[in-house]
Amino acid sequence: MYAFDFDRPATLDAALAALQDEDAQALGGGQTLIPTLKQRLAQPSKLVSLTAIPELSGVRADDGALTIGAATTHAAVAEQAAGSYPALACLAAQIGDPAVRNRGTIGGSLANNDPSACYPAAALASGATIVTNARQIAADDYFQGMFATALDEGEIITEVRFPLPEKAAYMKFEQPASRFALVGVFVAKYPDGVRVAVTGASEEGVFRWTEAEAALSADFSPEAIAGLSVPSDDMIGDLHGTPDYRAHLVGVMTARAVRDAV
Amino acid sequence: MTKVSMTVNGRPVSGEVEGRTLLVQFLREGLGLTGTHVGCDTSQCGACVVHVDGRAVKSCTMFAQEAEGAEVVTIEGMANADGSLSVIQQAFQDHHGLQCGFCTPGMVMSAAALLADNPHPSEAEIRAYLEGNICRCTGYHNIVKAIMAASGQDVSAIAAE
Amino acid sequence: MPKDHGIGAPSKRREDVRFLTGQGRYTDDINLHGQAHAVFVRSQVAHGRLNGVDTAAAAAMPGVIRVFTGADFEGVGGLPCGWQVTDRHGQPMQEPGHPVLAQGKVRHVGDPIAVVVAETLEQARDAAEAVEVDIEELEPVLDMKAALAEGAPKVHDDLTGNLCYDWGFVEENREAVNAAFQKAAHVTTLELVNQRLVPNAMEPRVAVGDYAPATGDSTLYTTSQNPHVIRLLMGAFVLGIPEHKLRVVAPDVGGGFGSKIFHYAEEAFCTFAAKQLRRPVKWTCTRSESFITDAHGRDHVTKIELALDAEGHFQALRTETYANMGAYLSTFAPSVPTWLHGTLMAGNYKTPLIYVNVKAVFTNTVPVDAYRGAGRPEATFQLERVIDKAAREMGMDPVDIRRKNFITEFPYATPVAVEYDTGDYHATMDKLAEIADLAGFEKRLADSKARGKLRGLGINSYIEACGIAPSHLVGQLGARAGLYESATVRVNATGGLVVMTGSHSHGQGHETSFAQVVADMIGIDENMVEIVHGDTANTPMGMGTYGSRSLAVGGSAMVRATEKIIAKAKKIAAHLMEAAPEDIELKDGAFTVAGTDKSVAWGDVTLAAYVPHNYPLEEIEPGLEETAFYDPNNFTYPAGAYSCEVEVDPDTGKVEICSFAAADDFGNIVNPMIVDGQVHGGLAQGIGQALLEGAAYDEYGQLLSGSYMDYAMPRAGDMPSFTVDHSCQTPCTHNPLGVKGCGEAGAIGSPPAVVNAVVDALQRSGHTNVTHIDMPLTPARVWAAMQG
Repeated sequence: MYAFDFDRPATLDAALAALQDEDAQALGGGQTLIPTLKQRLAQPSKLVSLTAIPELSGVRADDGALTIGAATTHAAVAEQAAGSYPALACLAAQIGDPAVRNRGTIGGSLANNDPSACYPAAALASGATIVTNARQIAADDYFQGMFATALDEGEIITEVRFPLPEKAAYMKFEQPASRFALVGVFVAKYPDGVRVAVTGASEEGVFRWTEAEAALSADFSPEAIAGLSVPSDDMIGDLHGTPDYRAHLVGVMTARAVRDAV
Repeated sequence: MTKVSMTVNGRPVSGEVEGRTLLVQFLREGLGLTGTHVGCDTSQCGACVVHVDGRAVKSCTMFAQEAEGAEVVTIEGMANADGSLSVIQQAFQDHHGLQCGFCTPGMVMSAAALLADNPHPSEAEIRAYLEGNICRCTGYHNIVKAIMAASGQDVSAIAAE
Repeated sequence: MPKDHGIGAPSKRREDVRFLTGQGRYTDDINLHGQAHAVFVRSQVAHGRLNGVDTAAAAAMPGVIRVFTGADFEGVGGLPCGWQVTDRHGQPMQEPGHPVLAQGKVRHVGDPIAVVVAETLEQARDAAEAVEVDIEELEPVLDMKAALAEGAPKVHDDLTGNLCYDWGFVEENREAVNAAFQKAAHVTTLELVNQRLVPNAMEPRVAVGDYAPATGDSTLYTTSQNPHVIRLLMGAFVLGIPEHKLRVVAPDVGGGFGSKIFHYAEEAFCTFAAKQLRRPVKWTCTRSESFITDAHGRDHVTKIELALDAEGHFQALRTETYANMGAYLSTFAPSVPTWLHGTLMAGNYKTPLIYVNVKAVFTNTVPVDAYRGAGRPEATFQLERVIDKAAREMGMDPVDIRRKNFITEFPYATPVAVEYDTGDYHATMDKLAEIADLAGFEKRLADSKARGKLRGLGINSYIEACGIAPSHLVGQLGARAGLYESATVRVNATGGLVVMTGSHSHGQGHETSFAQVVADMIGIDENMVEIVHGDTANTPMGMGTYGSRSLAVGGSAMVRATEKIIAKAKKIAAHLMEAAPEDIELKDGAFTVAGTDKSVAWGDVTLAAYVPHNYPLEEIEPGLEETAFYDPNNFTYPAGAYSCEVEVDPDTGKVEICSFAAADDFGNIVNPMIVDGQVHGGLAQGIGQALLEGAAYDEYGQLLSGSYMDYAMPRAGDMPSFTVDHSCQTPCTHNPLGVKGCGEAGAIGSPPAVVNAVVDALQRSGHTNVTHIDMPLTPARVWAAMQG
């Protein structure tokens, strides 16, 4: 790692002030950022840890939505969202491994927007609102391709608001080495329609499979999407799967998510 | 350099660290607690697992300054007060749950965290929980068996020898 | 009733207590006073001309003590190769130089170019980035067949090409084998890849060099499976330090699996730099660095052909293999695809005619050398796969075709130069059928089908040659070393023993199992025996631990030394009891005179040896310490039968191992608990190879699977519980313990079982065009195979 200053403020205001420094970077749970720093692939002047700010942590359900503080760990979501949004809790319980889940945060995951991360699928399929210190961003506007988001320099996610669906499920097919999603599909059924978001598969990062959404909105059953497929043109091809294989898995995982939706 | 203070294995400790100093470096180099190991640089192998405020974490993927004020427990703090092996440690010996010993500290720390959450895990739950702990020697068979035994369960369900 | 102590008892491991409490002492736990830290600057390209290294900026960075480059190693020897293979035409292999730091060219990503030594590790890392390397990139050669094509870029400019050797075995049989194929009723052909693996011992390599100016003594602490071998190779061939001025210590070592046999540049560097700088120099490998510097394993591309008569009797076997050496010859690399592979091509079968051709090839990749099994997994995999394919083609049962061809009479001289001393392959197959409940497969198949899963069953036999090795034989085959083992048994005055062994334990539990043997021979408590290993300063010259040799060879040396101790102790006892030595018996730690009630305790005799007041000084020396070197007169031949049942998800291609059973014959067993553990670990590595692991390079020679993000290590959830059995025991006939070795069996026998099972599952479900899938059988590959 390159040398950097380290700050661990106790309030959001102090954190925002600390992030004003040139090349300062926010640090969530660090489960992706720290390995990146070890490879010397990033050179922040200062890291501002967000884990000591009480107002950024916690899970609360109200008004048909579940609101999760940005610094809430995956383990906390897995435990505390189980009653109100079981599909989301189930997703959180599949991220990384237990020790990673004890440190990694939802805000960190969404800010990084790894194309194989799980949370972006949940946020996009739920039509979640990404709340920052400055504004509220609809998930449809937030994800802007691999590792790219609508966040501005120095802008911090404070919480994420998930409208509660009637039914939902996340189906993850793991990449055998990293255990990130080779393909992960989150399906959420709302009164006004079904949303399907896919992670791991596309060169463009998380995306909505609108064709499946239309079919499932008309008939929420695995059979409804039987004839559908995503084009493999933009799919990732690597050691672990060809674009064709990933495109195929999108269909399989979507059908399974529909089957298992609760 | 910044001063950090925390409790490690029940003992208050402090030391000077850089921003980039990882918790595992502070433990190994600052405190001489070399039982916590580093086996990878991508947060996957789990040889570095310790407990911070009662939770299993990878000490290679946490800065020392993030443990300011925390209660940290390492493998050196796992034996009984009289120095004898704890139930989990004893089960690992009894069931040959270790060979080269390098992943073992992380395995024991993860096993302890699992049993604290789930005192009677199934074989499948144990295997799932160990996703972040890689062992190259044992094939996991005897680790799973040791954890089952440490939880007081019948290990004959694990396939026979 | 299992024994509760001594040979055959499942004694708990004494080494566990330190490992379970964080008190192990691994090389990275060693920090010497005044120690500096080394960080290597490595090639980021696969092939290039090294035009210059500018160290000025790095040398001026904070904390930097010195920056070393290849120029500092002019006049220093290169890393030696310990085995010279002779090719089909009687010519020696091509043997390129292997400098400690690159000279003139870089030949693989990871090739070391320069080293920064600084006060702290982070300072060394910071400065390493400031070393400016001027490399003119050259086209890399990566594919072995392309590397042998006319006009291919040469990895080593001073060699005639990229062919290391073209080996034929047994060359004299070549035409007879070809003739047998001409008249065979059936020929089965299979082309396959035994993919490159990265060993991945969980402890990354570490080296700490130290130098004492006052005495001129150098010490190297290193993660090695064989400290004496490192001392000899590094001292005699690289740095020119005689053994008496060089000590090599391999303390607790966190797994090896072959990768820590070899002498590496970093060991020589730290020893060299410590002397240059007059202070200790430490290097700790990161995992990312280990992926591009630890010797890799396997990497064979093979065409195998089996000729059969109409009844399924094997008539002849012919193979052609391309074996990747990587960019340089690692310490024992040339022996792996030849003598550790070709000699095993008979397997468990009485195939009368065999011809093996191996072309070893240089490429711009990390060097390849022995990895758990080393040559024998490659032999077993191709043989057991082609037999399965032949059975399917001929409509025969896979068990029946094997049984029909099993060797049943011993000793058996194979057509590939080895003589199996003993074995019973039908017995292990019978045992397998029992423990795996093969009779119940059809029911399990129906259950799987009901759940929409494709079930398959894979069965195979295996044999391996362990207990490496008779020195006179390996000398003829090109080894530049003897392969004996040593032990010194030192009995203390009060009766306790210290056994100093040339073997090295890095997970095998020698401290426990070796003590069981000695305690059993004398009839004393195991806790009276201490096993010392890993330090050239206090162990006799030995060759270390690999090739499942420790108990068969090292244990035999220990038995011989203990026999000498007992013989001398009997003389002392005879004197004390005023009897003839030949009348003395030792049992349960007491000496008695046959036919009398006279007795003296073990401790009385050992005390007399060191306090020789009443002692036959005119006949024997005082003291009780003996050394033995044991050189085996044959390999040992563990064998067995394995089965695997899988379920394939038809929608995703994902393979789940439902069960795995292993029936092994390891001869006599010293500690059954440890043997089970060795088999489990081998199985996991073999199943890992079959389903998960594989090193892959891109077209530029960059390692795509360069971390655990892309190299799939087996996790607990990938593995089943194993059913293992070693009750079939045909003791080895030529070593005193009757033991054969168990460390590699699992890794050798399991890959074909898994692949046979997956192919079976696909065949049963109508994918009759799928006769083979190359490992690893990832979901993507299995799914692609199902698409036709």
